[in-house]
Amino acid sequence: MSKQIGIEVSLAVAEAVGLCDVDVVAAYPITPQTHIVEHLSELVADGHLDAEFVPVESEHSAMSACIGSSAAGARTFTSTCSQGYALMSELCYIASALRLPIVMAVANRALSAPINIWNDHADLMYARDTGWIQLISESGQEAVDMSILGFRIGEDKRVLLPVQVNLDGFTLSHFIEPLTIPDAADIKKFLPPYKPALRLDPDNPATLGPVGMPDIYTEARKAQDEALKASKPIIAEIFKEFGKQFGRHYNLVESYKAEDAETIIVIMGSIAQTAMTAVDHLRSQGKKVGIVRLRVFRPFPGAELFNAIKGAKNLVILDRVKSFGGGEISGPVALEIKSVLYDKQHHPKVGNFLVGLGGRDVTVQNFEEMVERVASAKIGDLPAYEFINVRE
Amino acid sequence: MGIASDALKNFKGFNLKNLPEVEPVSPGHRACQGCGEVLALRQAMKAIGTNAVVCSATGCMEIITSPFPQTAWRTPWLHVAFENAAAVVSGVESAFKAMNRKKIINQPNTIFVAYGGDGATADIGMQALSGALERGHNIIYFCFDNEAYMNTGIQRSSSTPFGASTTTSPAGKKSSGQSTWKKNMAEIAVAHGAPYVATATPAFPIDLMNKVKKASLVPGPAYIHIYSPCPTGWRCGIDESIEIARLAVQSKVFPLYEVIDGEYYLSRKVAKPKPVTEYFKPQRRFRHLTDAEVQYIQGRVDENYEKLLKKIVVEDKKKEKE
Repeated sequence: MSKQIGIEVSLAVAEAVGLCDVDVVAAYPITPQTHIVEHLSELVADGHLDAEFVPVESEHSAMSACIGSSAAGARTFTSTCSQGYALMSELCYIASALRLPIVMAVANRALSAPINIWNDHADLMYARDTGWIQLISESGQEAVDMSILGFRIGEDKRVLLPVQVNLDGFTLSHFIEPLTIPDAADIKKFLPPYKPALRLDPDNPATLGPVGMPDIYTEARKAQDEALKASKPIIAEIFKEFGKQFGRHYNLVESYKAEDAETIIVIMGSIAQTAMTAVDHLRSQGKKVGIVRLRVFRPFPGAELFNAIKGAKNLVILDRVKSFGGGEISGPVALEIKSVLYDKQHHPKVGNFLVGLGGRDVTVQNFEEMVERVASAKIGDLPAYEFINVRE
Repeated sequence: MGIASDALKNFKGFNLKNLPEVEPVSPGHRACQGCGEVLALRQAMKAIGTNAVVCSATGCMEIITSPFPQTAWRTPWLHVAFENAAAVVSGVESAFKAMNRKKIINQPNTIFVAYGGDGATADIGMQALSGALERGHNIIYFCFDNEAYMNTGIQRSSSTPFGASTTTSPAGKKSSGQSTWKKNMAEIAVAHGAPYVATATPAFPIDLMNKVKKASLVPGPAYIHIYSPCPTGWRCGIDESIEIARLAVQSKVFPLYEVIDGEYYLSRKVAKPKPVTEYFKPQRRFRHLTDAEVQYIQGRVDENYEKLLKKIVVEDKKKEKE
């Protein structure tokens, strides 16, 4: 039987990873990811989890060890964020190119400088082009479920890709919530033992990570792109299967009161909960406002997103990291959505807002202001992007 | 006694009559003519055999053995990046440990090998190596030291010897080549408390293979620093690799020794050392050196050798006769 308990989200993620019977955890501490790996090392130390915990000397070595471990055929987990992610990013490209289903929880945190340990999506977007599947949690329960789903999706023979499970640092990772931890037997039923297609096997030697000359590099890149794109319907299918078994239903794109909405807030992560409060308030005033939330950022669910926003006159797109130096583009979320809209007949007004950088609070009032700004603006009057809650 | 000396109590080594026929690194790779490094790799892997997983750093030995779709490897082999072979092999070893314990696989006697050149070891990969040695994984790490970044075109590393001209420490009107003394990686490995550390060179193949065999028997991290001549980078003849490697030992420039559980054993005592000039002569990377510079180098080589001798607790008489 699954049980509902009051638990810190980081510990719950570690519990879920433990219940997935992971073989190797290689990790290096960085705030606010630490509680996840601390708890995993406790599970190993207390004999609750039969795994090797490799306390590496850097995040670079964490991902290196994970690649070695996964290539050897072991179910492998790590966790990091921010500077740690930046340090290991070189290897993240290699993990996906080698098609290794490593699962990594990222307790999303801002990037330096100035050094800042608080939440935004700088590391999530740093990882955007690395070829990993990116799942994004809104709540603690989602972080738990996405961790389990990460292994199931990544290890699917039709997928074989690493999966990044994003949860907002502190605002999610350090909250104590009533969470349902699935039962070990149920997880076992949902997640069969990992059977790698190819592993480092002395009885059946293979050469992994060879030199790719110009005559093969393009083909290798194309194959990788196709694999990531092809994973989209499989992710949706596995979400459905999860829903059937555990009663919690997930989609690539989630909507909240968006069906008849004139103004839609497009958002990712835990601040969607604040946005929902704002939407409820605006709805009580008779304003037709809704939310569309991206649960998966890579592979990008463009068609599903368009379907969810196509009825809206106004879009309030939130970005939680600045993509520096772009012309008419502020952040990566707006960039994706504007490119989805380009070849469509439907061109809503788009307001793009940079919010919640480095842990800056985003209030219900902020959401109401952003909605009002876009709804009342004349076409062409909105700036390319705007920083919210910023002192001039 | 310690874990290494316990494991090596009944050690039976190779000799010219019982050399293994197995070639885990097969011929047909793309090394330069006269490459001393690939010869060292071949000898080392012959001693390991094929019941192994090999993790390669980026470098000459990586590119010459793995141009897709060809491979020279008869063992499972993994290349990830330049600076992390020691971290990658840590992950492989941990995975095998967990999976053997959980009965997912039954391969308990697999040998875990990582290797890199001197740049991958002494410079960019130093941290990953330090971590792997400190954590005590049951691995063997080979540094194939050809004393510069040869794969990228002979740039200096921290393992380039004093006075050598490279493409980033060129000899010129105001430069005598490399201005720093060679980093001593074997001593750094010893300082980590690694149970087995040794130096070797392909000019003494039986010695090299026995050291590799010992490393494979020791439960815990082993580090072998293998001096590997590079005719392309050292500007010597393609038929001179082995001769130069022998001269490096005979001139005390590269002494052969083992450190077992922290105790030093000299592999080959140099009774009548040759002057460093003899070692320098076939290598154009040293030809600009003045008499004063050669004298300075000779002084430091002698001094370092004396320091090493002071650490030797037991002289291995048997080896001396070999």
